[in-house]
Amino acid sequence: MLTCKEFLSELSDFLDESTDREVRAKLEKHVAECPNCWVVCDTTRKTISVYKGMKECSIPGDVHSRLMAALEKRMAARPGA
Amino acid sequence: MATESVSTAPAAPEAVPELTEEAKAELELVERARVGDGRAFSSLIQRYEGKIFRLAMNITQNREDAEDVLQEAFLKAYEHLDQFQGNSRFYTWIVRIAVNQALMKLRKRKSDRSVSLDEQIDTGEDTIVREIAAWDPDPEQQYNQEELGEILTGAIDSLEPIYRTVFTLRDVDGLSTEETAEALELSIPAVKSRLLRARLQLREKLTRFFKRKGDDAFAYM
Repeated sequence: MLTCKEFLSELSDFLDESTDREVRAKLEKHVAECPNCWVVCDTTRKTISVYKGMKECSIPGDVHSRLMAALEKRMAARPGA
Repeated sequence: MATESVSTAPAAPEAVPELTEEAKAELELVERARVGDGRAFSSLIQRYEGKIFRLAMNITQNREDAEDVLQEAFLKAYEHLDQFQGNSRFYTWIVRIAVNQALMKLRKRKSDRSVSLDEQIDTGEDTIVREIAAWDPDPEQQYNQEELGEILTGAIDSLEPIYRTVFTLRDVDGLSTEETAEALELSIPAVKSRLLRARLQLREKLTRFFKRKGDDAFAYM
């Protein structure tokens, strides 16, 4: 039987489904029997999920304009441009 | 102006997985940019400027510095496109350049000590779970988009730079563990360890907002 600490140390790999079958079976057994680890596992999964759904922020228009202006200047200065 | 050299060297060769359509399109843009097609390079900028700006903000936490990092990273990439060999994604490469530029900004700001994303800052304390409380089934539904954005951004901003950078690349941008390691010049175990800590810390911060009503949080480990 895994301890809660051992379960936690494998939590990321468990959520990413990157553990081997034997370890996964042990983790599944632990999480099914330990209500606290079940909550930690469930809420960590939701944490990842809520960030994955986060809208990508676009950069401010003035920042984009200055970047493009700097690039154009650099292109113009490049030999052969 | 900092005089330190910034690594724009390509990553060590590795097994190249089959390219996705997106990766093929990216590579084509890089090839066109390499032979002088400015519009192709502008397309690469448009693809990634938002992510690079966010990454730079994550590390520097300063808008002016983040803008400098954004510009310097893309200009360096443009100057050194001939060094990009396509062994990794262009995005991973530009992230690496941007991270180096951002760290230089931090070093300049904290000139009395060096700053690295590979600092040994783990104490073990940050994997201790202090709050356990079940969340609502759809926690994000409790808030409107603007409120939710503020909660999520605020939680990430409160993490140490190394944690928020690894989390952003891995869980928000969707890079693999290997790509994140390559971009940040960290070992794979270091990425995994920081990702676990970042996820647990964010989980705990969000529990304050998302826990099911009536449930009390309690500690158990």
